[in-house]
Amino acid sequence: MDDVPQRGPSPAPAPAPADAARAAAVRALAEEMAGMRGPLLPVLHAVVAEHGYVHDDDVPVIADVLNLSRADVVGVVGFYHDFRRTPPTTHRVSLCRAEACQARGAETTYAAATDRWAASTEVEVGEVFCLGNCALGPSGTLDGALHARLTPERLDALTEGWRA
Amino acid sequence: MSPVVWVPCDAAAVSVGADAVADALAAAGATVRRNGSRGMLWLEPLVEVETDRGRVGYANLEPGDVGALLAGDLDDGGRCVGVVDEHPWLARQHRVSYTRVGVIEPTDLAAYREHGGLAGLERALTLSAEDVVQEVTDSGLRGRGGAGFPAGIKWETVRTAEADVKFVCCNADEGDSGTFADRMLIEGDPFTLIEGMAIAAAATGATEGFVYLRSEYPHAIRTLRRAIDIAYAHGVLGASVLGSGHAFDLDVRVGAGAYICGEETSMLDSLEGRRGEVRAKPPIPALQGLFGKPTVVNNVLTLSAVPMVLADGGAAYAALGTGRSRGTQVFQLGGNVAQGGIVEADFGITLRELVEDFGGGTASGAPVKAVQVGGPLGAYLPPSRFDLPMDYEAFAEAGAMVGHGGIVVFDDTMDAGAMARFAMEFCAKESCGKCTPCRVGSTRGVEVIDRIRAGTQREANLVLLEDLCATMTKGSLCAMGGLTPMPVRSALEHFPEDFGVPAAQADAVTDDMPESATSTDGGARP
Repeated sequence: MDDVPQRGPSPAPAPAPADAARAAAVRALAEEMAGMRGPLLPVLHAVVAEHGYVHDDDVPVIADVLNLSRADVVGVVGFYHDFRRTPPTTHRVSLCRAEACQARGAETTYAAATDRWAASTEVEVGEVFCLGNCALGPSGTLDGALHARLTPERLDALTEGWRA
Repeated sequence: MSPVVWVPCDAAAVSVGADAVADALAAAGATVRRNGSRGMLWLEPLVEVETDRGRVGYANLEPGDVGALLAGDLDDGGRCVGVVDEHPWLARQHRVSYTRVGVIEPTDLAAYREHGGLAGLERALTLSAEDVVQEVTDSGLRGRGGAGFPAGIKWETVRTAEADVKFVCCNADEGDSGTFADRMLIEGDPFTLIEGMAIAAAATGATEGFVYLRSEYPHAIRTLRRAIDIAYAHGVLGASVLGSGHAFDLDVRVGAGAYICGEETSMLDSLEGRRGEVRAKPPIPALQGLFGKPTVVNNVLTLSAVPMVLADGGAAYAALGTGRSRGTQVFQLGGNVAQGGIVEADFGITLRELVEDFGGGTASGAPVKAVQVGGPLGAYLPPSRFDLPMDYEAFAEAGAMVGHGGIVVFDDTMDAGAMARFAMEFCAKESCGKCTPCRVGSTRGVEVIDRIRAGTQREANLVLLEDLCATMTKGSLCAMGGLTPMPVRSALEHFPEDFGVPAAQADAVTDDMPESATSTDGGARP
C-alpha cells in the first residue's frame, strides 16, 4: 500500500516505520489478551500505555492476531480520542472545557495555555470534556495528574519547571 | 499512641493536594488512613482526626498545616469544622447509597461488612430469582443514568429470556459535565457497586459482568480493580458467590474518550471492541445486548441502590421520594457554586434547596443566572424556576430533565447564547455519526445559532432553528441528538437577550414548538 502514488498536498510527516522489536512486542501484547471477550480496546490501551501511541505499522499486527480486518482496527483507532497515532510530547496539558468548568473560567485558562505553548514541540495542549471534578474547576491534567482551580496563574506556577 | 487521621484519597481531594498532606502527616508520625470523600468538596482536603467525640474535621489542609494540626493549634480557628458526622451539610442529607462513602477505607471489606455491607446480597441469595426481581420492582427503583426506566421491568425481561449466557453491564461512562457521583462512589465505596451487580446477576441468571469505566477516571479504575481482586479473594465474586453455587465473574473495561459510549447500545458496541456507534432499538439490550445476549445495563447509582433495597426490602425504599420517583437521588452540585459536592436526598427536594441552601449560591459571589440540570443535554433553568421539585415527571413537564442528578451553577457572566452554541458544537464533535439528524443537524445548528446571534435574517433563522430542533428531537437514533435541543431551546426561551432576540419574538417562536421537542422520550427507552 506504500507504493500508491500520493495525490494532493503531502501529509504531515509520519513516524518512522516501526522496527521488528516493536512489532514483536505489540504481537506479544495482543496475543496475551486475544482470549478476552472483545479484546480490541484493551489491546489498544495496552499498546498506548506501553509504546505511547498506536503506530500505523501496529495495525496489521493487531489485526492478524485478533483475526480482524485492518479496516476494523483502523476504524476503532480513529473513533476514540485516547488512541493517539503520533508519539506523545514530553509534557501534556489536558484542560476540561465542559460546562461546569466553563462556568468557572475554563475558556480563559484554555486560551492562555494554547497561546503560551502554540509553538512548542515539547508541550501539547489538549481539551477534555469532564474529568469528574466539577465542583473545583477549572480542572485539568498535567502529565496525567489531576489538578483543580486551574487559573492561568496557577497553571503557570505548576508548570514552572517545564522547558519551552 | 500516634493520632489516627483520615485523609481522603478521592480524586477531587487529590486534585487539591490531599496526597501531599497524607505524606506530611505520615512523616510527622500520625497513623494515616485513606477514606473516600464526604462530598463536601469545597472543604477538601478535609482531614479528620479521631477523638473521643468522633472524627473531627479540618478544612483545606496543606502540608504546612500538619504541625499545627497535630499540636491542636487549629482547633479554634475557622479551619475546624467539628465532628464531621454532625456537620449540618451532611446531617441534613439522607444518605442511602452513599452511606459508607467517606466513612470507611474504600477497599476494606471487613469495614464494609461492619457498616452493613453484603446484607443485601446475602438475603438475595436466600430468595428465588423471581423474588429478588420482585423486591426491585416493588422498590420503584428507576434507572439513575438519566432515562429513569424502571429497573425491575428491565431485570424481569432479562430473567425470563432464554440464553446460554447473560450479562450484567454497569454503565460507568459518566461523561456528562457536572456529574461525578459514579466516580466518587467507585472511589469511596466500590464494594457497594460490586454487591449490586452480584445481586443483579443472581436475579437474572447472569454469570458475567463488566463495568465500563471512563479512562478519564484513573483513580476509580485503580480502586475498582483492587476491590474486585479482594472480592474474588473473599468469595464475593467467582465460581460460587458467597458459597451459593451461583457463579459471577466481573471485569473492568476502560473507555477511550468517546462521550457517546455513555449511551447504552454504543457502550455495548465498545465493550465488544468496536466503534462506539449507537444501535437501533428494537431489539432491546435486555433481550439482545452484549454479544447478542440478554444483558442488564444499569448505571452505577442504580446498581448501588440495590443492596439497600434487598437488605431492607423494596417497601422501605419505596417509602422514600415523591410521585413515581421513589427512593433517593445522589445530586451533584458543580460549576460556579460556593459549596459544591454530593447531596443525597429523597426525591422531591426543590432545586432552590439544592442550589441556595446546600450550594450557598455562586463561588464568585455574583447572582445566579441559571443552572443546567442533568448534564450537557439538560435544560438551563433561571432562578424563577427554582421551586421545581426534583422529580422525573415534574421536570419533564417543565421541559427539563433530572438526568443523572448533576446541577451546574452559572453566575451572571454566563452567555446563554454561547452555551446553546456550545451544546450544538459538542454534539457535532461527539456524535457517533450513525444517524443524520445528529451528525448533520448539530453542525447546521452551530451555523444557525451563529446567524441568529449575528442578526442575519434573525426571524427566519429562529424558525429554522426550531425546525432543526424538532427534526433532531424526533429523528435521532438516541438521546444525544434527541436531547441536544433541550439546552438550546431552554437557553433561548429563558435568555433570548443573549441571542440578540427581543423577548416577545422568542416567545412567539418557542410557543410554536411542539410539546415533544422538550420531552425526555428520546432518553426513556429501555
